[in-house]
Amino acid sequence: MHPSHFTSVLLFALCVSVVFGITMRDTPRRMVRYGLYCFVLFIGSAIVLSWLMFFIAR
Amino acid sequence: MATSSNKISGPGRSVAKDQGFVYLPLIAGWLVPGAGHFLLRKWGRGALLAASILGMFIMGLLMQGKLYSNAHEILDLLGLVGDLGNGLLYIVGRGLGVGADQVQTTVADWGTRFIVVAGMLNVIAAVDAHNLRTGRKQG
Repeated sequence: MHPSHFTSVLLFALCVSVVFGITMRDTPRRMVRYGLYCFVLFIGSAIVLSWLMFFIAR
Repeated sequence: MATSSNKISGPGRSVAKDQGFVYLPLIAGWLVPGAGHFLLRKWGRGALLAASILGMFIMGLLMQGKLYSNAHEILDLLGLVGDLGNGLLYIVGRGLGVGADQVQTTVADWGTRFIVVAGMLNVIAAVDAHNLRTGRKQG
């Protein structure tokens, strides 16, 4: 299995967000919202940091 | 003076009084991902936790990730502790000899991290099951 960088980030963020959502909140609705929040933060921060590193490396 | 019987009080804590060994969901959840929640009849949550943790562990192995077996260096020790969080998955994995001995590619390095993080997530899930069992967490 040789996923790309971004696929790896997606898989990682998905699995971690599911666990964070379930364990950090009490009600199903809040679990889903927190899980989505974590997922977006994971992906968003990965994209922002990637662009930062791209410009630093130039 | 607080005794073991009156320490457990308040809404949602009645389960802890009725049933036996209070650490069973914690131990079961550590040994088998999601088992702690299954014991508490939280089927949906348990299935999602099991799928996520098991998925990360298997993906880590498929990416040729390494299962830490010794702790010669401090970072190896941290990796070993993280891997041990996987419970029986780690023990079975070591027994079957799966996982790479040496990390040789970038993808394998990610795979190693996937396995370590799966272990840490499993510990979080087991503690969550314990909190549900004792009534510290509602739900």
